[in-house]
Amino acid sequence: MSNVAIQMIIYCVILIALAIPLGKYIGKVMNGEKVFLSRIFVPCEKGIYRVLRLNKSDEDMGWKKYAVCCVVFSIFGFVILFFLQMFQKILPLNPEGIGGTSWHLAFNTASSFVTNTNWQAYSGESTLSYLTQMLGLTVQNFVSAATGIAVLFALIRGFIKVKQKGIGNFYKDMVRTVLYILIPLSLVIGIVIAAQGVPQTFKAYDEVELLEPIEVENEDGTITTVTKQVVPLGPAASQIAIKQLGTNGGGFFGVNSAHPFENPTIFTNLLEMISLLLIPAALCFTFGRNIKDKRQGRAIFIAMFVMLAIALGIIGYNEQIGTPQAAQGTTVAMEGSSVYSGGNMEGKETRFGIATSATWAGFTTAASNGSVNSMHDSYTPIGGMIPMLLMMLGEVVFGGVGCGLYGMIGFAILTVFIAGLMVGRTPEYLGKKIEPFEMKMAVFICLATPVAILIGSGIAALLPATVGSLNNAGAHGLSEVLYAYSSAGGNNGSAFAGFNANTPFLNISIGLVMLFVRFVPMIATLAIAGSLAQKKKVAVSSGTLPTHNAMFIVLLIFIVLLVGALSFFPALALGPVAEFLQMIG
Amino acid sequence: MNKKNNSIFADKAIMNRALKDSVKKLNPKVQIKNPVMFMVFVSAILTLILFVFALFGIRDAQPGFILAVSIILWFTVLFGNFAEAIAEGRGKAQADTLRASRRDVMANKIPSSEQRHKVTAVRSAELRKGDIVVVYAGEQIPADGDVIDGAASVDESAITGESAPVIRESGGDRSAVTGGTTLVSDWLVIEVTSEPGQSFLDKMIAMVEGASRKKTPNELALQLFLVALSIIFLLVTCSLYAYSLFSAGQLGKVNPTTVTSLVALLICLAPTTIGALLSAIGIAGMSRLNQANVLAMSGRAIEAAGDVDILMLDKTGTITLGNRQADAFLPVDGVSEKELADAAQLASLADETPEGRSVVVLAKEKFNIRGRNLEEMKAEFVPFTAKTRMSGVDYKDNEVRKGAADAIRTYVQESGGVYSKECDRIVKEISNHGGTPLVVAKNHQILGVIRLKDIIKSGVKEKFSDLRKMGIKTIMITGDNPLTAAAIAAEAGVDDFLAEATPEGKLDMIRDFQKQGHLVAMTGDGTNDAPALAQADVAVAMNTGTQAAKEAGNMVDLDSSPTKLIEIVKIGKQLLMTRGALTTFSIANDVAKYFAIIPALFMGLYPALGVLNIMRLHSAASAILSALIYNALIIVVLIPLALRGVKYREVAADALLKRNLLIYGVGGIIIPFIAIKLIDIILVMLFGI
Repeated sequence: MSNVAIQMIIYCVILIALAIPLGKYIGKVMNGEKVFLSRIFVPCEKGIYRVLRLNKSDEDMGWKKYAVCCVVFSIFGFVILFFLQMFQKILPLNPEGIGGTSWHLAFNTASSFVTNTNWQAYSGESTLSYLTQMLGLTVQNFVSAATGIAVLFALIRGFIKVKQKGIGNFYKDMVRTVLYILIPLSLVIGIVIAAQGVPQTFKAYDEVELLEPIEVENEDGTITTVTKQVVPLGPAASQIAIKQLGTNGGGFFGVNSAHPFENPTIFTNLLEMISLLLIPAALCFTFGRNIKDKRQGRAIFIAMFVMLAIALGIIGYNEQIGTPQAAQGTTVAMEGSSVYSGGNMEGKETRFGIATSATWAGFTTAASNGSVNSMHDSYTPIGGMIPMLLMMLGEVVFGGVGCGLYGMIGFAILTVFIAGLMVGRTPEYLGKKIEPFEMKMAVFICLATPVAILIGSGIAALLPATVGSLNNAGAHGLSEVLYAYSSAGGNNGSAFAGFNANTPFLNISIGLVMLFVRFVPMIATLAIAGSLAQKKKVAVSSGTLPTHNAMFIVLLIFIVLLVGALSFFPALALGPVAEFLQMIG
Repeated sequence: MNKKNNSIFADKAIMNRALKDSVKKLNPKVQIKNPVMFMVFVSAILTLILFVFALFGIRDAQPGFILAVSIILWFTVLFGNFAEAIAEGRGKAQADTLRASRRDVMANKIPSSEQRHKVTAVRSAELRKGDIVVVYAGEQIPADGDVIDGAASVDESAITGESAPVIRESGGDRSAVTGGTTLVSDWLVIEVTSEPGQSFLDKMIAMVEGASRKKTPNELALQLFLVALSIIFLLVTCSLYAYSLFSAGQLGKVNPTTVTSLVALLICLAPTTIGALLSAIGIAGMSRLNQANVLAMSGRAIEAAGDVDILMLDKTGTITLGNRQADAFLPVDGVSEKELADAAQLASLADETPEGRSVVVLAKEKFNIRGRNLEEMKAEFVPFTAKTRMSGVDYKDNEVRKGAADAIRTYVQESGGVYSKECDRIVKEISNHGGTPLVVAKNHQILGVIRLKDIIKSGVKEKFSDLRKMGIKTIMITGDNPLTAAAIAAEAGVDDFLAEATPEGKLDMIRDFQKQGHLVAMTGDGTNDAPALAQADVAVAMNTGTQAAKEAGNMVDLDSSPTKLIEIVKIGKQLLMTRGALTTFSIANDVAKYFAIIPALFMGLYPALGVLNIMRLHSAASAILSALIYNALIIVVLIPLALRGVKYREVAADALLKRNLLIYGVGGIIIPFIAIKLIDIILVMLFGI
């Protein structure tokens, strides 16, 4: 057990050590301050603005215009991606001659990638051409991540500005984010993982002889001997770097980062795992820096980190002790040793083991990344419930790039609203009064996820067809349904495996859920930014509720957990909790 | 308005009216104004329908159970109505008293002040703005107005509750009169300033009755949050039905959830406690303000009072006692202190001003100089006049005078006396330290100086330091020169001061503070205060003040007490705190309710879930009913708290938060566990369910 704990602590320390300087860097980029990459990128930036005919005289957009830009930009991306999939058969860079997808799968995948969810109802190597992967998915991996960060920037400006209408320029925010933040980081990660063995090629799939032929029984009872294996290839490294960094998570190959070509070594595993939480963590520090009160950013970081640490602890503990069923009495040793990991190894790669798999599971569901290096369906009931809960909380434990933090700020607004009243003042956050309009929008931000998950999974549970998609019966079956909608409802995109999601109903309903939980909070956030920017800043005194101390951090955590718990207690009781109690009972 | 503070529950009339009103409020039109309680209302109707169906054999659950649920829900609605009705009760009673004083009287309308004899009798209800009336002793003032001629004493007890008559006269800051008050002496010519139906009394009635009560922004924001929570819980219960059906299908068992049990779960989870008490809290806050004899023109003003972080306080009456008092005799030019004291006492014996009396007191304290009979001494009192700016006595060819330094200086120098350097030095020193020098001369020779000092009210320093802890800065406003002001400010412990204050100076100061993001509260009475009052976030106009001041302010203090501002801030903060505390309590309660109901519903499906039944409730039915009964009763239990407001302390925000979280947050989690268990035990004892 201590082995698991030590590994987890090391991962977290590396994460924080990298996030702090990156946060500062992103803060500078947001403000257009000089950074060490300016010499290279300032000319590029200017060139892009010239092409876009964006004037140097900052066009500061009001929130409505900013929101329209966000939405229209996403619709544009959606349409391209939708048709790329449908017509990939007649488009170039398709050495395997893969056919066009069904319209509902195209809808689902397009919704999934423009919303930074990367839920995949398909398997990349058998469904999508190289062109679709590169021009469609990889591009969306960049721009959907950048959109989230841009909206966060707009919100930060809402807090800084006093009695102004504008909250920044969407196009500038996008260009800066992609150019200064996402491209350099992706280049570094992409090259390193390519050097470690991740393919980056346009070559067609390879075919190799199996070392040991396998006999497969056909449906009619005859036996076929398989001697050859197809090895899928493609421009994977470039996509994998950004899928981790941009909290996208959509694998190039079906089994995602459990695949040896996506995640060949323990080193790439470390790199990918850290990079999936890096930007969301760094943005907390950016927030503190740019509102000119580092303590505020630190408080939010600590609140998120405490929740992450608790989650990691519970997952790691439960996976290590396993279940009575996995132990099969005393037949299987659950305690690890120097040569043997012990614990619940079902669905986990032996090369990664318990600690790394559990940490990844925690990281990927805390951040709304959704890439996996083990199959969450095979986790112990409680070990699998925690990733589900992290998504149900609305992806605010770091969450997606940008959107995780603005979601958390939505919760901070709820918290100051309730706690602020108790100190005898009308609530305010960072010097801005929280009035009915902000409250309405904060409610949209915080409750979009529970609403989407409850409605989606509720309808799915009622439909007889859903039972056909399940891999397991009973309480675990309900967990599978819940997990699918939580993943979509948190814009996470990870799958519980075992759940066949490529059906018209599931494709469309999950697609709609993803769009809903992406754009409702996003527009609400921009509305808050616009409203706050127009307000005056209230002076701070000892009568002001402090929002940077331990008490506020505890309260914020409590409110996040409370909203999650109140919304999902019955669901979890009938799913993982019932399963857990049955197992030990 | 009485300042009686006895419990509202002791008043039978209010109680009876509230009980009646809570039934009247079952009108759907009233219910829909409170969305959370409307949901309970609809649920109550729904369960009643289910019960009727059950009687005819279409059974959602056991008819007895459905009926029990329905009855509890109806009571929940009634309890919510009652909370609001009783909060309105005191206001309604006040309004009735006020209405009684608003009777229609005949007014003596005149064409102009000069033609007082050309009286036309007009009903007071027909008086319009700009009409001129004359009122004589014993008559009621027919409408709000400004005195344009005459001076009289007026009994304003109908409005202020203060029985001592007040002086009203034309010009200056005492020219406003209120309709419904009565002239005790003399006569007044009044120009009417309000249109019929919009008089101060009308507004007052509407305010105390809550008729014109609009939801405040903060109340609206909170309601939004409560509605959102209710929607979530509605979805939780609906989806739970689906999960339950799905799970039962997977296990091949019968679906254990019924519509009735889900409705019960919904109402338990919905924030009904705060939903039912929300408007009562607002009305009660307003009512507390009224009891402090302050009328707020809007609920918004009370909330703003909670936010205020700058208090601009007038020095006189708030920080210092109204009058200066003698505190030292400082002889000059070799005169003995006793000699000075003797002369000073003599000069002040007939002086009835508080300053004069304080000189006599000081002389007695210091040298035991007793009162002398001036008549026996054939002494003649020389009163203070604006021209001489001195007062004193003449006796047996002696002349004793006391007065302002420059006045005495002229007085002695005119008759060849000397105004010594020593005297000048002392006079300046006293001024520099915040005192007022009074120079005493006998027979044109200066004896010395009496030092008059502002006396800081006892306890204000501690009060200001408490306010500072809460993040509220106090600013002293005074007409004194900066040196005097600084000395008093330091002694009283205010954070800042505005010396030689002019109306423009006040206005600029308020604007400056607001620009820095502060919220400013001030009191004012004169017409020249009106711009500053209009600018301030919380502006309390004195009832004795002018019409212009009253219109510019957002509150009127009927007592015209300068210290009222501090009390207003307290009431504002208490209102917000109560709202926050009860919201927290209401939400925290849900934890226990989940643990009561979820295991009860699903132990049939998954017996292992029995572990979650940590209260060991008797049965599914008893668990659901106990949680529902708790949910209804807690509203009644919390009504006194909602009306009284949570305990207010002058401490810093984080200390306040810690305390309230502990009581209402942690308490809100623990209490229902105990209470629900107790109710369950009682139910089992009574009905065996």
